[in-house]
Amino acid sequence: MSQLDLARLQFAMTSIYHFLFVPVTIGLAFLTALLQTAWHRSNRPEYLRLTRFFGTLLLINVAVGVVTGLVQEFQFGMDWSTYSRTVGDVFGAPLAMEGLAAFFLESTFLGLWVFGWDKLPRRVHLATIWAVAAGASLSAAFIMAANSWMQHPVGYTINTSTGRPQLNDIWAVLTNPVFLWGYVHVLLASLVTAAVVMLGVSAWQLRRGNAPEVFKSSARLALIVLTPSIVLAMFVGSELGVVEARYQPMKIAAAEAQWTTCQPCSFSLFQVGGGNDDKTPTKVIAIPHLLSLLATNSWNGQVTGLNEVQSSYEQQYGPGNYVPNVFVQYWAMRVMAYAAVGIMGVAAWGIWLLWRKKRLAGATLFLRLAVWAVILPFLMNTAGWLLTESGRQPWIVQGVQLTKNGVSPSVSTTSVAISLVAFLLLYGALAVVDVVLMMRYARRELAAGPAAEDAEAVVPAMTY
Amino acid sequence: MTLVSTWFILIAVLWTGFFILEGFDLGVGMLHGVVGGDEAGRRAAINTIGPLWDGNEVWLVVAGAGMFAAFPGWYATMFSGLYLALVVLLAALIVRGVSFEFRGKVDGQRWRQTWDWLLTGGSLFVPLLLGVGLGDLLAGLPIDSSQEYTGSFLDLLTPYGLFVGVTFVLLCLMHGGTFLALKTTDHVRTRSLHLTRRIAPVTCVAVLVFAVWTQVTAGRGVLPNLLEVTAVLAVVAGAWLLAEGREGWAFAASTVAIAASVSSIFTELYPRVMVSSTSSAFDLTVHNTASGTYALKVMTVVAVILLPVVLAYQAWTYHVFRARVRPEDFAPAVPAAAEPS
Ligand code: HDD
Ligand code: HEM
Ligand code: HEM
Repeated sequence: MSQLDLARLQFAMTSIYHFLFVPVTIGLAFLTALLQTAWHRSNRPEYLRLTRFFGTLLLINVAVGVVTGLVQEFQFGMDWSTYSRTVGDVFGAPLAMEGLAAFFLESTFLGLWVFGWDKLPRRVHLATIWAVAAGASLSAAFIMAANSWMQHPVGYTINTSTGRPQLNDIWAVLTNPVFLWGYVHVLLASLVTAAVVMLGVSAWQLRRGNAPEVFKSSARLALIVLTPSIVLAMFVGSELGVVEARYQPMKIAAAEAQWTTCQPCSFSLFQVGGGNDDKTPTKVIAIPHLLSLLATNSWNGQVTGLNEVQSSYEQQYGPGNYVPNVFVQYWAMRVMAYAAVGIMGVAAWGIWLLWRKKRLAGATLFLRLAVWAVILPFLMNTAGWLLTESGRQPWIVQGVQLTKNGVSPSVSTTSVAISLVAFLLLYGALAVVDVVLMMRYARRELAAGPAAEDAEAVVPAMTY
Repeated sequence: MTLVSTWFILIAVLWTGFFILEGFDLGVGMLHGVVGGDEAGRRAAINTIGPLWDGNEVWLVVAGAGMFAAFPGWYATMFSGLYLALVVLLAALIVRGVSFEFRGKVDGQRWRQTWDWLLTGGSLFVPLLLGVGLGDLLAGLPIDSSQEYTGSFLDLLTPYGLFVGVTFVLLCLMHGGTFLALKTTDHVRTRSLHLTRRIAPVTCVAVLVFAVWTQVTAGRGVLPNLLEVTAVLAVVAGAWLLAEGREGWAFAASTVAIAASVSSIFTELYPRVMVSSTSSAFDLTVHNTASGTYALKVMTVVAVILLPVVLAYQAWTYHVFRARVRPEDFAPAVPAAAEPS
């Protein structure tokens, strides 16, 4: 493999890994804040126990999220130095703002929350977990603004003497439609992810009969957050498809393996064959008009085929192959959509159980399903990012720089190979430890809370 | 003062802030095993920085991101040039960062020992490698006319860079040891004081040599300038105050020593940001690596608004956790701290 391939592989691997933890952090910080607010309001000890229980899961998760984020930050300069040199003027600003506005907030207040239980007044202590949740959501905002600029560059001019993009309108970068829709989509996806995790953990505990009164509450909270989030995520996702069709027509055409222009366009449930060399896959069960709806918001909308976009890009940018990996696009889209439908099903079932006032603890089949559903959001997030990032290829910045022109000229293939292996080993070990710890904690008996009559007692800090 | 110089100063401030703050928690990381004595003592040592270390580390993140945004050319050349050193640095930061959280999560002697070692080793490598990296900026690396690094991994190991690395490790040890003396009680405090008193003279010698060597490397003769003199005086004062048992003032002195040492590298660099050993014509400077005026203005506004806010809430955090940490609170018999979460 070339230096370019290795660098791409490394970036893909570390990003996917980072993003296994990020949505859990964003969502779980919010859910933990909700639990603590419930405790603050009601003084019911089960909410305190739940706050600390899910707070601990949050902490284990943050530890890995933070250290893998450091790798992300450094990698731009290490592996993509020409990219960094070229676009730092525009791309660097949101990254620096992320640190100043979000990471400081999140990490400082997380410290205050964890160690401040017995040092801060209750009300102030409650505010610290909300600050953590705000910090986590903010960090997603700036990084999404940066990433969206790579998908749809706005707010810049090309400096005539250096030939590099130069920021001239930060407001345009922060109101990029790709960013606005993408950010909302990511926040909703994070809520979905964390709610499914909370539901799964609660379901596991309910099946074991551990503290059913307590875990019933968390299952209910998870369902109440999950249901609107998943519905909205799907709505926003389909709007994102429209935005994408406007600015990156290659992506959406590739997601349907649509080589020729169509109107109206159908969406196939699955295909046999297909890929960049097989332009006539067998599409099975085509749903009429669905692609038109997804890509244009109209019943009879037209979607430009890959062949046509390719020839117009050749005219615009010169000869070259501008078609991304069609196989990856097609299946990434489907994995995301099908998993979303699956989660919808789980949410609907759960809500129905709550509605009918059934005992959740007795619904064995549902509980079993809810435990296994925990895998789905992680699949979905990874698939969604593959769709976004692989669909941008061969560009690193759409229309501005090709990925192959972004790598570091001074870094040898051997160096990248060494670092790839080092990160693989390190991340592998971290994954094992993290999963083991998470499972241990998720399955742990709930720590006993303070006695109910003792509501004013000081709660000890969660020390190392 | 121009925008470009302002941003150079800001970057220097961020790096300096990072070493002042993370400096003591790196020191605590290296020393916790030695000064802790027993499990309760080790936990007390770690918990002195428990609520602080992550916020401190963000200074590094922001310093890096600030370089990316304000001086993309500097960020690109430095980070790709130092490639393998940064891989090791990241590995050290990773094992260190997770060891805090993971260490107490399983109750087992071997488990805790493993994470203790990783915490100690990670905390040692971070200042060492960063010192080598910052030293190399001034010592000079092979850089060609298109601002690309042309050397190999071995070229990174300049004698001056290595010495800066060692000096930073010693400074962090002294800073962290003093912090522990200031923030703990009982046997952890006495052991910290005792050990740091022995480290301090070595640190003094290192800082003195560092001051002179920095002058020589920057080509400004052998007489240290004001910052370097400050560093030397501060570190000597710190050693003396430690001997007197006045750890509060000693901590102030080691803070000044670290700040003066780190910022002296940057002042000697200016207006260069990376010296090219190939030809001084290829030096990277603040001017040939900077972003455009508009981007710098936007970021100046953001930094002016946010940095004071950040400083305010970080200062408040230090105030909230100002009490000394007592090892007896971590002794297994006390139920309040028994919950291992
Ligand atoms: C729980 C997570 C989740 C769920 C339920 C969905 N998605 Fe999604 N999707 C993501 C998680 C996600 C993501 C991982 O967060 C992505 C990656 C990049 C981004 O902005 O969000 C994403 C990206 C993404 C993109 C690519 C945007 C781009 O290229 O810039 C599209 C077109 C969709 N989604 C569409 C959908 C549709 C039509 C959904 C409904 C069936 C859907 N998403 C549900
Ligand atoms: C939001 C911040 C992000 C930025 C700025 C970003 C930027 C980049 C860059 C510079 C590359 C390497 C060049 C390339 O191959 O085009 C890349 C590739 C990639 N990234 Fe992202 N990325 C981000 C988030 C993510 C996340 C969260 C994921 C996954 C969960 C992800 C998945 C990938 C994948 C799979 C590739 C490889 C694509 C390929 O080479 O075919 N990215 N991204
Ligand atoms: C590839 C580009 C990315 C870079 C350079 C990056 C950088 C970082 C860094 C340096 C940290 C550690 C901060 C600390 O020390 O506290 C971090 C954590 C975090 N990042 Fe990323 N990140 C990237 C992708 C993403 C994406 C795509 C998102 C969300 C949409 C995201 C959201 C977060 C959040 C919420 C955290 C908090 C820590 C945690 O995960 O638990 N990051 N990131």
